[in-house]
Amino acid sequence: MTKYRITIGLEVHVQLKTKSKMFCSCSTDFGASPNTHVCPVCMGYPGSLPVMNREAIRWTVISGLMLGCRINPCSKFDRKNYFYPDMPKNYQITQCDQPLCLGGGVDIEVEGQSKRIGITRIHQEEDVAKNLHYATWSGIDFNRAGVPLMEIVSEPDMTSPGEALAYLQTLRQILVYAGVSDCSMEEGNMRCDVNVSIRPDAQREFGTKVEIKNMNSFKNIGNALHYEIARQIEEVDRGENIIQETRRWDVDLGKTFSMRTKEDAHDYRYFPEPDLMPVALPESLLAEWAATLPERPAQRRERFVREYGLPEYDAQVLSAEKEVGDYFEAAARRSRNPKAVSNWVMTDVLRILSEKGMAITAFAITPDALAELVDLADSKVINSNTARDVFAIMLNGGRQAKAIVTAGGLAQVTDAGAIEAIVDQAIAENRKSSEDFRNGKVVALKFLVGQVMRLSKGKANPQIVEEWLKKKLSN
Amino acid sequence: MLNTLTLHEVLESLNRGECRSEDVVGSVLEAIHRTDGMLHGYLTVNEADAMSQAKAADLARSGGAKGRLLGVPIAIKDVLNVKGQPCTCGSKILKGYVSPYDATAIARLRAEGAVFLGRTNMDEFAMGSTTENSAYGITRNPWNLGCVPGGSSGGSAAVVAADEAIAALGSDTGGSVRQPASFCGCVGLKPTYGWISRYGLTAFASSLDQIGPMTKDVRDAALLLQIMAGQDPADSTTIHASVPDYQAALKTDLRGITVGLPKEYFVGGLHPDVERRVQEAIEVCRQAGARVVEVSLPHTRVAVDTYYIIAPAEASANLSRFDGVRYGFRAEGALDPLDLYKKTRAEGFGPEVKRRIILGTYVLSSGYYDAFYLRAQKVRTLIRRDFEAAFKQCSVMLSPVSPTPAYRIGENSTDPLQMYLGDIFTVPVNLAGICGLSVPCGFAAGNLPVGLQVMGPALGEESILRVGYAYEQATNWRCRRPEMTRANSRQGVGV
Repeated sequence: MTKYRITIGLEVHVQLKTKSKMFCSCSTDFGASPNTHVCPVCMGYPGSLPVMNREAIRWTVISGLMLGCRINPCSKFDRKNYFYPDMPKNYQITQCDQPLCLGGGVDIEVEGQSKRIGITRIHQEEDVAKNLHYATWSGIDFNRAGVPLMEIVSEPDMTSPGEALAYLQTLRQILVYAGVSDCSMEEGNMRCDVNVSIRPDAQREFGTKVEIKNMNSFKNIGNALHYEIARQIEEVDRGENIIQETRRWDVDLGKTFSMRTKEDAHDYRYFPEPDLMPVALPESLLAEWAATLPERPAQRRERFVREYGLPEYDAQVLSAEKEVGDYFEAAARRSRNPKAVSNWVMTDVLRILSEKGMAITAFAITPDALAELVDLADSKVINSNTARDVFAIMLNGGRQAKAIVTAGGLAQVTDAGAIEAIVDQAIAENRKSSEDFRNGKVVALKFLVGQVMRLSKGKANPQIVEEWLKKKLSN
Repeated sequence: MLNTLTLHEVLESLNRGECRSEDVVGSVLEAIHRTDGMLHGYLTVNEADAMSQAKAADLARSGGAKGRLLGVPIAIKDVLNVKGQPCTCGSKILKGYVSPYDATAIARLRAEGAVFLGRTNMDEFAMGSTTENSAYGITRNPWNLGCVPGGSSGGSAAVVAADEAIAALGSDTGGSVRQPASFCGCVGLKPTYGWISRYGLTAFASSLDQIGPMTKDVRDAALLLQIMAGQDPADSTTIHASVPDYQAALKTDLRGITVGLPKEYFVGGLHPDVERRVQEAIEVCRQAGARVVEVSLPHTRVAVDTYYIIAPAEASANLSRFDGVRYGFRAEGALDPLDLYKKTRAEGFGPEVKRRIILGTYVLSSGYYDAFYLRAQKVRTLIRRDFEAAFKQCSVMLSPVSPTPAYRIGENSTDPLQMYLGDIFTVPVNLAGICGLSVPCGFAAGNLPVGLQVMGPALGEESILRVGYAYEQATNWRCRRPEMTRANSRQGVGV
């Protein structure tokens, strides 16, 4: 059987987090009633003209800088001509041959192997409207028309669906860190088209590429890629040629279907947009923007290891999502024991978030409050079991850890006299077990510790209890 | 006879309290009633609305308001958006469209108190030189009803010349203000590209379009330019510069002015009457103190070709938005979106517009772009450089506006190429992005007006207005008025 090499390239559209649209002052808010965020410009009315949103340009340049791109000192806009009901002007203002950003790349890690995926270019464009189809009619919502998008085109550097997904995840992380977009595939502010081809192992030149559209989640992208690669291999194995075409992913059927072949591809008739001046970005402005660049996920990971003494694994988990990292760091800065904070965040906090499908920004326990709890446990004011109980109370009631401990009298009992009395009581009440321990049955000690803890309502320091029991029973 | 006054005369009269805006608007409406049946310069006149705007202006004036155009009616070419008014662009495809906003130029006039009384006829989407390409009927030349008024701003030129308006606005992409002004014997100004905001001007060719005043004299053109010119945040292509005092530039002598005569503009093919009138005009300027030199614009012969690649290319994209989906005309019986586009555009656009969309689509097509569009852009640069070099030797250039006086109706309608060649003296100004003025300079046989073109460098409006004004003051062409009777349409148009 022939072995095949897979080649994957991605075109990622990202909606930028600007307040207003790319070429007019209409709001970009998501979810408003249809056609309420519109004006003559984004509706393509006669005589209206586009005016560049400088904020969108800045976000795209910042993304480019975060991804290691060269910023084009002079870029321009072009018209891409095609007719479709979701296109108000029947041309899209985009960038053809002089995009804002060129080059760059993303470092990914798949199965312990690191690899750099190149970025060809990032260009700026406007989004189209949304067609809505009903039983007997269709409507168009122009609220989205003209929302700023950037399109990030990768090099065909990925060789497996896993690499494609890792690239997307890493890209998403970086862009969220940059604060340029929410990058939510569900809300449609991050969209992805995939180009994929296969070729026999021995063949040097790329195989015929197929573009896949209409995938709105990471899962769909993975599934679509797996399906499409299998389909292409099957075709080639059967001796068929792959046709250069655009295919649509059908989520329900789990298959890709041909949308159009190269023969009916559009001639977009690009030409320079005469209504907009070229964008010249002076060095000084670029330097100013570069100075405001936020930390990248990889930088943060290294810093977490260095500054908080976290293991590599912890640092990676905590820096994967910007907000999680922010949360951890806010708590760690106020705590004496960052590693303990890390444990809490990585286990209890992330578990609850994933159970509830909740964002960390909506989490009931603030970083400050978590730090307080961690420090109470760290200084042995409460034991670890009590800490879990206090955490549960904080989660529901939102009160501060210290207040809960004081009000509930939950502070750990470390006073030797008090513990001795309870130990004596427990031995007296459990003659059989005490006898068993003396006769060498070690499990009996565990039972007795449990009894002491019960009698102390969980507040006794278990280590001290154990020491006392051993002392008493060895006499 | 308030309708026969110039704009500055009306303002003086209003300011002195000799008349009210209501009287002026009433007088203009009366003139429209009297003669627009013959002329068909207007597509729509909203009398009730015009009178209420006039009354409001009178009330404001009595309350001490001071707008620079307070109560003066201005006719608007049907290509400019005026909130609440139709804007058909002379096309069936915009039938029923009501503009939801004011163009920037309109907003600036409105802020000074102008009254918008009606919309003037034009070649569909400003594509044409005769106003015969309107979906709503032809406009006639007030000097000879058998002739065209020129175009595409033929309606605006005709109503100003026929005193059915005090002043009007047109738009000029390749001569559409200057040429009809020349055919109808009024003043037409094409400002420097980017000097008047295009926001709200329905786009024909975005890199060439400019709004321009069409007036009874040069002072009026200066006055309207003064108000409309200057940077606009809504149009990124507008120029950041302060607007000079154009009234102050109007002087009757031309001492210190060097007038250039581009030799390529005075070669064969000129109508002899046009040539004679222009030569006489040059002599008048010399008498007024101007020094006259010959200059050269070597790429003149390819200007029309260049124009007819760039303008249709941009138009093909600009006119894509007329698809029947969001506004205007929508064809019945479409089966799917593609069918809707095809039917709507087949029924909604006229033949000249279709011709240019096809031409523009072709020159932008993959495989032809470099040979046509890209090359045309390079030639355009050469044309611009021609002017830059020539303006090192002179402050303005003089030429005819059009090689001929007004054509007979129907004369050129079967030969678009012949029609395009009539643009030879006007399109270079748009391609170079500079300014040009058309001033009446007498008559050809058949009582048809001839226009003198004064061209200036970018932002050279002060110079061209000064030369136009000095020439106009030294002559008295404005004293002659067209007499519109059915009979004048039978007058011969001889050489």
